[in-house]
Amino acid sequence: MAFSLLLIVVLGATALFFATHLSIPEDRSQRVFAPDLVRRGGELAALGYCASCHTAENGKPFAGGRPLATPFGTLFGTNITPDPKTGIGLYSQAAFARTMRDGIDRAGRDLYPVFPYNHFARLTDEDLSALYAFLMTRAAVPAQNPANHLTFPYNVRPLLAGWKLLYLDKKPVPRDQTRSAEWNRGRYLVEALSHCGACHTPRDRLGAEIASQHFDSGEAEDWWAPPLNHKFPSPVSWSEESLFNYLRSWDVGHGGAVGPMAPVVAALATVPEQDVRAIAAYVGATLAKPGESEKRVDEKQPQAAEAHPQGAELYAGICATCHETGGHVPFTVTSLGQHTSIYAPDPRNVIHVVLEGVRPPEGTVGAVMPAFADTLSDAQIADIAAYLRARFSRGGEWQNIEAEIARLRRSTSP
Amino acid sequence: MITLNVNGRSRDVDDAPNTPLLYVLRGTLELNGAKFGCGLGQCGACTVVIDGKPVFSCLTPISILQGRKITTLEGLGSEDAPSPLQRAFIEEQAAQCGYCIPGMIMRAHALLTANQSPTDAEIREHMNANLCRCGTHMRILAAINRAAGGMHAAGARAPAKAEEEE
Repeated sequence: MAFSLLLIVVLGATALFFATHLSIPEDRSQRVFAPDLVRRGGELAALGYCASCHTAENGKPFAGGRPLATPFGTLFGTNITPDPKTGIGLYSQAAFARTMRDGIDRAGRDLYPVFPYNHFARLTDEDLSALYAFLMTRAAVPAQNPANHLTFPYNVRPLLAGWKLLYLDKKPVPRDQTRSAEWNRGRYLVEALSHCGACHTPRDRLGAEIASQHFDSGEAEDWWAPPLNHKFPSPVSWSEESLFNYLRSWDVGHGGAVGPMAPVVAALATVPEQDVRAIAAYVGATLAKPGESEKRVDEKQPQAAEAHPQGAELYAGICATCHETGGHVPFTVTSLGQHTSIYAPDPRNVIHVVLEGVRPPEGTVGAVMPAFADTLSDAQIADIAAYLRARFSRGGEWQNIEAEIARLRRSTSP
Repeated sequence: MITLNVNGRSRDVDDAPNTPLLYVLRGTLELNGAKFGCGLGQCGACTVVIDGKPVFSCLTPISILQGRKITTLEGLGSEDAPSPLQRAFIEEQAAQCGYCIPGMIMRAHALLTANQSPTDAEIREHMNANLCRCGTHMRILAAINRAAGGMHAAGARAPAKAEEEE
């Protein structure tokens, strides 16, 4: 606590010094862009998942309004359509570049790092131009940004200037000459545009990604985001090929993305194949454990059934209908033991899936699983989760499963 | 022996605890309203209402239903005395082959019980889980709108037409 207070004082002092930014003049010029630039910008916007945070549920694309829960309060994705009043219509390219790289809006306000400018700062000039061309040619949607709900002191924007002094690294993504062009391309996409670390790297108490724990696992919207390195806990090994399949649609060994990762895969399904191959090459190189043979995932079934008879009974009556068919249900892997969620340090992802079910993002195909929030009680879901954990994982029992279920039921029900 | 509360009546059944409610309804209790579609909780033909919520009866073992209130299509009305919701489905002729309709009616029943004047968007979102392979969705939506209007005449919403023209 004393540390936090000291930090706040230090940040406050530096903030007063650095937090004065000039506004950049309004740009009301008629903008003309080459169609190829706009098209490339659209691919880049998909690779950066701009729409995920900047589109409300059932809302117009890029018009903002999506609530983003953080430990510091709830912020709302902003309107990034070219509407002059409520969007970014008056942004010159210079104002856009400053926003993306320095986290400062046109008017000179510091932006919160939930907008991942710590990654976008590393984008090339060409890619920024293409993104600008794409966004400025979208339909302008008048939609006022809702006010953020942040707790003190995080609602004091000038403090962000201090945060940036501590954490904002604008160095370009380095090239590793010993690696392939594809790997280097993947590194650039992953570290800059696709900002994978925003969810997959743990954050410190001021919400900054901890560089020394790069890709060690993090979280997104109260889901656990698995490690993207050798700490990945599931017994099913990754290869570049399986990672490509997963990122593009679905993989026979790993299944499909759910939760906050589902819109990421829906976006990656639309971009040029070589970009997804590049991402798979870069991340796959740290995820894959060469030479490791598949470990058996389902050898503790009798012990698990003995330890959790209710869970085993419910599993047999409900889950087994689809999950013990040897993978004959579309988009269903052979065994639940292949799903990473069961090896997570906490049961959140399993609970989310059971409570809310799985539904592919609008306009895409994928796994469909019904929601069981209205069928099963907290105790029953906890029994199933404990049984699955005991049957497949060697990670030890999950703690407080029932309390987590009650909490997630409250936070996810409308 | 498990005691089920079906449409307000206590029914003792001998089926194994793992048996899906759908099989017990149709096989043991001879309530054939709920239909077997996919058996995987993906189509909604088997939908019944449990404690006010729409549930896929094909994926619901009877072991978890002790003491819970189950409502099936037969609990709404009969051929001679259909409920307002059933009447709305008849008046809109909201069926082609009709196989999905019991599930549709039960899911809609849960919605209208909780929310007597749903918006079109709310109806669509709520009904999303049930599939009709003949494609009578517009008539199904119109029937639900009609029932909502009938249940709440004062709500004065313009239902069916706007939907059909969309």
